[in-house]
Amino acid sequence: MITITDLRKVYRQGDREVVALDGVSLSVGKGQIHGIIGHSGAGKSTLVRCLTLLDRPTSGSVSLDGRDLSGISDKELLTARRRIGMVFQHANLFDSRTTAENIAYPLELVGTPKAQIRAKVDELLQIVGLARFAEAYPSQLSGGQRQRVGIARALATDPDVLLCDEPTSALDPTTTDEILTLIKAVRDRLSVTVLIITHEMNVVKRACDSVSLLEAGRIVEHGRLAEVVANIDGRLAQALLPLPGDAPDAIPAGFILELLYSGDQAVEPVISSITRQFGVDVNVLAGSVEHLGGTQFAHLRIHLPTDADIEAIKTHLGAIGVAVSVKEA
Amino acid sequence: MDWLNSLFENPGITNALPEALLETLQMIVISGIATVVIGVPLGIVLHVTAPGGLAPMRPLNAVLSGIVVNITRSIPYAILMLALIPFTRFIVGTSIGPIAACVSLTIATAPFFARLVETSLRDVQGGKIDAALVMGSSRRQVVRKVMLPEAMPSIVAGITTTLVMLVGYSAMAGLIGGGGLGRLAYNYGYQRYDVAVMIVTIAVMVILVQLIQVLGDWLSRRVDHR
Ligand SMILES: Nc1ncnc2c1ncn2[C@@H]1O[C@H](COP(=O)(O)OP(=O)(O)OP(=O)(O)O)[C@@H](O)[C@H]1O
Ligand SMILES: [Mg+2]
Repeated sequence: MITITDLRKVYRQGDREVVALDGVSLSVGKGQIHGIIGHSGAGKSTLVRCLTLLDRPTSGSVSLDGRDLSGISDKELLTARRRIGMVFQHANLFDSRTTAENIAYPLELVGTPKAQIRAKVDELLQIVGLARFAEAYPSQLSGGQRQRVGIARALATDPDVLLCDEPTSALDPTTTDEILTLIKAVRDRLSVTVLIITHEMNVVKRACDSVSLLEAGRIVEHGRLAEVVANIDGRLAQALLPLPGDAPDAIPAGFILELLYSGDQAVEPVISSITRQFGVDVNVLAGSVEHLGGTQFAHLRIHLPTDADIEAIKTHLGAIGVAVSVKEA
Repeated sequence: MDWLNSLFENPGITNALPEALLETLQMIVISGIATVVIGVPLGIVLHVTAPGGLAPMRPLNAVLSGIVVNITRSIPYAILMLALIPFTRFIVGTSIGPIAACVSLTIATAPFFARLVETSLRDVQGGKIDAALVMGSSRRQVVRKVMLPEAMPSIVAGITTTLVMLVGYSAMAGLIGGGGLGRLAYNYGYQRYDVAVMIVTIAVMVILVQLIQVLGDWLSRRVDHR
């Protein structure tokens, strides 16, 4: 369990102050995968540097299982860092070391006995599926394989938290899926808490239980995937279930509505219930249906003719649990 | 054939050359080792104490970089070796002979080599250093277990460059009493107009430089896994 409380980080640039983090609070339970998504300059890298204790926050605290890490002495710092395993965008492996030696690195630091290192490295190689590549150097591995080594190395110290900074941004879609599957498998097996920093919504969709939207150093939306998606006007919902931007020109006059609903009701019953009860033709302009956090979600843009009783339809949809937002009349 | 036979009867080549070559090798090996022993730690200190380094120390860095390294590097070797004669006498007891020459040779090449080491260390990607720190490495461990091994191919290339430079400097040192191939070329080739000795000396030096370069390149490739 990792808890971040009111974290602030202010950089000085000459006599100007840059507020990189402006009161970030966040709590992720043990064994959860939490995504932190944000545009360039939102403060993602700064947050990572504060979490890994490479930078001291200006104020606020980071604690693991209730133990505050932000106030510790320099001597305790090295030990504290070992409780957070970090995965980098470009893996950052040591080119002078083989796969096995890279994974062994954090264990060598504290003088772990050779036999113990070998056993741990073998176990981790199994977990990440690279047993055959133990003696290969990073230059002989593909990008996806290098990232696997990076994950194994991050896990070598049995950390409480696995912090992944843009872990798939340098990978192609197939390899991205493989790495996300591995991260989920690692979570299931070791019940480690995972934080994934990313700018790709796809990563959040595939891997995360919950998500935070970071903007200009603040968390502006957060929650479990199912919660943030249900908020139809929220930015995360729009990003997780995107609809094509512009409605085609050739639409006859009438209303344009966006509907968002979850659960087992398929697309058909909602549409046909409008048609049946109100006797109007429903024209589906765009739609996005996805499984998110174990639940099916649908986001539809529909067109209704001018003579439709829009208020009654809205009431009806509300009653069957569909969020509605009228975009155009 | 006659010309070749005459080479083997020339005392400048049969007697003086082997001795001169040995003296040159002595100068290169001794000052080469001293240069590495001084230059590696100096290069590390230059790198880690620089602003934004692992252990930034402004005054120390300024003194080492500005005064020690840059000043020694700005003095041409021909002048440095003359200026250092009293100092050499103080250290070795004499200013004559290959061992004495090693003093000025080391003082001339160590700062240059330290700069090469510094550059090699700076070229290690920052991400690797961050990774090492995040895993809980102490600064000493970062230098010993990450920076140096990752920079090794480049440091080996730097040693090669420095040794080649030492071949040239050692010939100059030979003129003021260091002995070696430089002295041989001067005594026989210049003062006695013995063209054969001059040519052979040049050939030996070319071969020596080639050998150092080939060996250095091979070693650099051996330690390079990139
Ligand atoms: N060392 C620093 N000194 C001054 N300002 C900084 C420093 N590091 C970051 N900043 C500022 O803090 C803000 C957040 O930067 P940060 O690097 O955390 O963004 P980011 O979300 O990681 O962006 P990106 O996706 O482009 O990497 C930016 O306005 C940046 O200019
Ligand atoms: Mg960044």
